[in-house]
Amino acid sequence: MVQLACKNLSVGYEGKEILHNINFSINQGDYLCIVGENGSGKSTLMKTILGLHSPMSGKIITENGLASTKIGYLPQQTVVQRDFPASVKEIVISGCQSRCGFRPFYNRAEKQLAISNMKKMGIENLASRCYRELSGGQQQRVLLARALCATQKMLLLDEPVAGLDPKVTEEMYEIISSLSKNDGITIIMITHDVRAALKYATHILHIGDDVFFGTKNQYLCHKFGKEYQSKGMIDNG
Amino acid sequence: MDNLFEKIIFYFQFPFVQYAFIVGILIALCSSLLGVTLVLKRFSFIGDGLSHVAFGALAVSGVLRLTNDMLVVLPVTILSAVLLLSTGKNAKIKGDAAIAMISVGALAIGYLLMNIFSTSSNLSGDVCSTLFGSTSILSLSKAEVWLCIILSIVVLLVYILFYNKIFSVTFDENFARATGIKAGAYNLLIAVIIAVIIVLAMNLVGSLLISALVIFPALSSMRVFKSFRSVTVCSACLSVTCASLGILVSILAGTPVGSTIVAVDIFAFIVFYFIGLIKKVGI
Repeated sequence: MVQLACKNLSVGYEGKEILHNINFSINQGDYLCIVGENGSGKSTLMKTILGLHSPMSGKIITENGLASTKIGYLPQQTVVQRDFPASVKEIVISGCQSRCGFRPFYNRAEKQLAISNMKKMGIENLASRCYRELSGGQQQRVLLARALCATQKMLLLDEPVAGLDPKVTEEMYEIISSLSKNDGITIIMITHDVRAALKYATHILHIGDDVFFGTKNQYLCHKFGKEYQSKGMIDNG
Repeated sequence: MDNLFEKIIFYFQFPFVQYAFIVGILIALCSSLLGVTLVLKRFSFIGDGLSHVAFGALAVSGVLRLTNDMLVVLPVTILSAVLLLSTGKNAKIKGDAAIAMISVGALAIGYLLMNIFSTSSNLSGDVCSTLFGSTSILSLSKAEVWLCIILSIVVLLVYILFYNKIFSVTFDENFARATGIKAGAYNLLIAVIIAVIIVLAMNLVGSLLISALVIFPALSSMRVFKSFRSVTVCSACLSVTCASLGILVSILAGTPVGSTIVAVDIFAFIVFYFIGLIKKVGI
């Protein structure tokens, strides 16, 4: 079941095209990693899928009840957030905002959803703590819980492990992987970490001067994958 | 002590003191609410720029000899808020420069107009009271008081109804937009509310001191409190307390209202700063 497809998509901002002719489609439950050099347009592509930028040309098609506003998003942290006085509870429930429409306050179901997502992320004991006092890994779990409040179908993650230490990084990957396996949530993740991409993803989108899209095994046979393997960094564990 | 109370009771028999008190509290309440959002969204400079625009608009309406200057000042300030926000969003440096240009320009033109078309014998006194609000709060007419009350209630209602959306847009605009919240519209709403508050607060503290009324209570409560709601509630309470204290002191000691309130706000900030430090060490 195709959930999201990009057809001849070109993305960019302020009139400048960064990526052109992107074609890929993903099914429900897929785990797609987007890899590529810094500045190759990974984040711009993600923002275009989310509707934050409009596509320069081409189309993004969402199917099977998925609307672009029903996608959960884990953005890179902004400067504003580092000094933001807000409790974990307040941030997590703000993910329910899109369900509210013009209703000004959250209803019981939404509060319940926020609590269950905090439990799922193992942060219910932090509910009243201040966001800015948490560790990097805890902050990412909070933002992930918020993203889960916004979706049951698809998560877009923009470098979810940036700035985390190796142990926390591994925990974060395991959490994302379990969301994919146990909850059937489609994952699209931007990462620099090709090792992790090959370990967890089902599909790889490599962008840059050459664009590659395919399953993990196809990627390993492709020149990008071979290039990577020849560096001797592969970890099939 | 008895003497002091008698004096306060004596002053409160005058309607103009009662008006000043009501209006002062309402303005302090409204201005503190959006302070948190302004500080966190790095919008505080917009408040500063707008207050200068409001000064210019006031000067223009003085030249036009309008009986109710709100009719000019309010729309002009709201329009500038919208303009500033739309230019400031995309290009950071250009936005900064645009704000500086508009605000300083409005200040200069305002003073120039007041000078050329001066009708009063005490020009520097007029300018001073517009900038620092020395006496205007004690000379409010009944109509102005009602306008103030109505606008304050509107601001309060809008804030409460959109509280959760303002929170989302303040905390993470990209996430909010991705989940289908019209962040642009809410930024606009915030700008319009700021404009209304600034026009209201001109009566209380004058156009140069408005930013203090908006920013100090928010910064103070951010030192101590840790959730968005508690920070907002605390800054509202703090702002109202400081404004009441400031008005009382200024009536009793004969000091200018605006600067006395700001002085109390500064004092509160220092106190909260140390409470914050102690709390940090204590944990």
